[in-house]
Amino acid sequence: MQILHTDIAIIGGGGAGLRAAIAAAQTDPNCKISLLSKVYPMRSHTVAAEGGAAAVTLQQDSLQAHFDDTVAGSDWLADQDVVDYFVSHAYEELVQLEHWGCPWSRRDDGSVQVRRFGGMKTERTWFAADKTGFHILHTLFQTSLQFANINRLDEFFVLDLLVVDQQIAGVLAMQLSTGELYQIQAKSVILATGGAGRVFHYNTNGGIVTGDGMALAYRHGVALRDMEFVQYHPTGLPGSGILITEASRGEGGILLNKDGYRYLQNYGLGPETPLGKPENKYMELGPRDKLSQAFWHEQQKGRTGNYGEHAVVYLDLRHLGSSYLNERLPFICELAKSYVNVDPAKAPIPIRPAVHYTMGGILTDGQCQTSIGGLYAIGECASVGLHGANRLGSNSLTELLVFGKVAGVAAVAHAKQRQALPSSALNAQCQQHHQQLQARFGAKQADRVASLRKAMTLAMEQGCGIYRTTEGMQQCLNTLQQLKQRYQQLAVSDNSKIFNYELLQHYELGFGLDVAEAMCASALARQESRGAHQRLDQGMQSRNDTDYLQHSIAQLMPETAGAAGGSAKISYQPVRITKSTPAARLYGGAATKQEPV
Amino acid sequence: MEKTVEKTLVIQRYNPEQDQRPSQQRYQVPFDNSTSVLDALLYIQQSLDPSLAFRWSCRMAICGSCSVMVNGIPKLGCKTFLREYSGDLLLEPLAHFATEKDLVSDMTLFLQHLQAVKPYLIRQEQSAATTPATKPQPHKQTPKQLAKYRKFSSCINCGLCYAACPQFGLNPEFLGPAALTLAQRYNLDNRDQGKAERMPQLNGKNGVWGCTFVGFCSDVCPKHLDPAAAVNQGKVASATDFVIGLFKP
Repeated sequence: MQILHTDIAIIGGGGAGLRAAIAAAQTDPNCKISLLSKVYPMRSHTVAAEGGAAAVTLQQDSLQAHFDDTVAGSDWLADQDVVDYFVSHAYEELVQLEHWGCPWSRRDDGSVQVRRFGGMKTERTWFAADKTGFHILHTLFQTSLQFANINRLDEFFVLDLLVVDQQIAGVLAMQLSTGELYQIQAKSVILATGGAGRVFHYNTNGGIVTGDGMALAYRHGVALRDMEFVQYHPTGLPGSGILITEASRGEGGILLNKDGYRYLQNYGLGPETPLGKPENKYMELGPRDKLSQAFWHEQQKGRTGNYGEHAVVYLDLRHLGSSYLNERLPFICELAKSYVNVDPAKAPIPIRPAVHYTMGGILTDGQCQTSIGGLYAIGECASVGLHGANRLGSNSLTELLVFGKVAGVAAVAHAKQRQALPSSALNAQCQQHHQQLQARFGAKQADRVASLRKAMTLAMEQGCGIYRTTEGMQQCLNTLQQLKQRYQQLAVSDNSKIFNYELLQHYELGFGLDVAEAMCASALARQESRGAHQRLDQGMQSRNDTDYLQHSIAQLMPETAGAAGGSAKISYQPVRITKSTPAARLYGGAATKQEPV
Repeated sequence: MEKTVEKTLVIQRYNPEQDQRPSQQRYQVPFDNSTSVLDALLYIQQSLDPSLAFRWSCRMAICGSCSVMVNGIPKLGCKTFLREYSGDLLLEPLAHFATEKDLVSDMTLFLQHLQAVKPYLIRQEQSAATTPATKPQPHKQTPKQLAKYRKFSSCINCGLCYAACPQFGLNPEFLGPAALTLAQRYNLDNRDQGKAERMPQLNGKNGVWGCTFVGFCSDVCPKHLDPAAAVNQGKVASATDFVIGLFKP
């Protein structure tokens, strides 16, 4: 086993991890930063974000308005002090990216262009055509190359955190190209591993989005917060789940059922806005939870169409014309052509909701600090308190930047004052984990990683989908617990060391099972409907602020914690409300009526 | 859609822990109109042979992971479909790179070449972002100025152009299409002032003049960003730089 010493280890090379690395490198040029990623950083799933990043930009906009949209979008489950910090630091971060070369789309006068986005009152979403995440990721990656104190460890997979007396001491990682284990001793560790969308069957996420960081922290007693809130993006391609950006609707795209009817007007989002004249917070520019729920109702009523075996509705962009589509949505045109053989200038794109984003994650305070000293979490793997029960599109790319910087700076400060920890304790932990790793190998069995994973993703799809029932969730939880039992016996048949993807996927499945169970148990415990968590059970179909204006906290019971062992215990924590008291969450004409004149 | 029809994939296998040299293995894969090469590889890994090694992630042609040779041509696995091939498919790791295992290529050189061209915005004066007195503001950049480099900023680092480039095949030190395109991307950006710092690399023996303008890199680029054009624009810049150099004291 190799031993490396570093000041800060960052786990994950996506937008959040890279932003944190740059912030740390700039804060202290002598700080040794190790950036671990299980893939090359530019493969990270930030790359697939399309639509844009939000920040108050226009004269007529205000921080208060961005705050209000975010808090209402969260169904009042966001921590309002965190939202405040976020909206007031959003703009400077997007400008910082501009100074690093991000090719933001522009107006004729050379200023930055902003577009409409769902649930946002005003145009405030910066974009780089429809490849915003791609450009943000590559800009950050390329910028990071100029810092000599960022030491990249590409294709290193973290197996465990090293923790001594509730203080982080580093990580145990495997170099995929050799199978060699590395004990990486670090004074601060930042988890930036992304979401867990791959625990569901139909999702917009890349294969790497398996919830690793969440499970790593969870197994060491760190709570996962608000895990029941899983965002279905209303427009994924049928089957593959490939993302078709919300910006398609921001630019004027409309949603039709099989009869060509703009069905959203039946679900509290109308009245219908004229074709080619999208209005903020109306119709197609409602928030993602409401739009995905509307699809479900249309499906129940038999008003969805079919694409192969999949129920679909249609995203119609034809009225935008091919030249505008090529300027604003070139990637969408390419994706539609490649994967469903549709030219959006000529025909509507069949789409359906697909799991997109985990609102919940590793519990942190407003400075990204977890309950383990020196351990931070940022981006989709974290729950800093920004998104509550439903995230607004274009808030998450900005989140990566705002909180990536916060964590990078905090990690430097912590590393400076941290005392060395006894390495004997670390060696013992690593040896123990090494034995657990060896025990994973065995003869070929009927059960395979792929078959267990499929059983997990289908169970989550059925039990924890857009609408949920007690019975369905209980069944899902039972299935997950059985799968965890089977997982204990599941052997890796390939015993090679170099690029052993069966072993990698075995670990990912174990992580995913823990995260899936936390999601399902949190969902079962929340006996109300809020944001992305909607129940069909009697008496639970609406929001219940009396009992559930609270964050859920999932903890793995310590006596049974280990590789996909144990079970989740759910408790609650108050939401920090500073200035916006919970009100009815209204969109479309209903919201306008209610607004004070 | 029933997947009743099968296709044969012949895949180059190589595990350096046990194999002296690569060998070929045949797999039967069910497919329909929508089955990509990546889908087929995932089917094999999940249902037939979990030891098959290949990289992938986004499956939507943006992360650049799943590059392979299909019948000798560099392709993105997720954007290449079985329906496009009438006979068997031969899958091999990217040409011109060392093979680590099966379809996994060693991308170390590629990353070194990217880094060598200083692919980041270089500004001589203090950036406005670092003066705390005024709120930092974005630079101006008109759509026209953006259009000058926008296409060249769309490289997904898949490496297909290196597998297509005969020069890189002969001389691995040649910076190659993607890195030269990236240099050009920053050189053409009106916010950048780092061209002079990049020119020594571009003018050097492994820079733009290594390119013999075969143009195969542009043919295989899955994002159609025409690296051959970028490299040859680089030649003009390099020649201009040389001429200006003659007259400078």
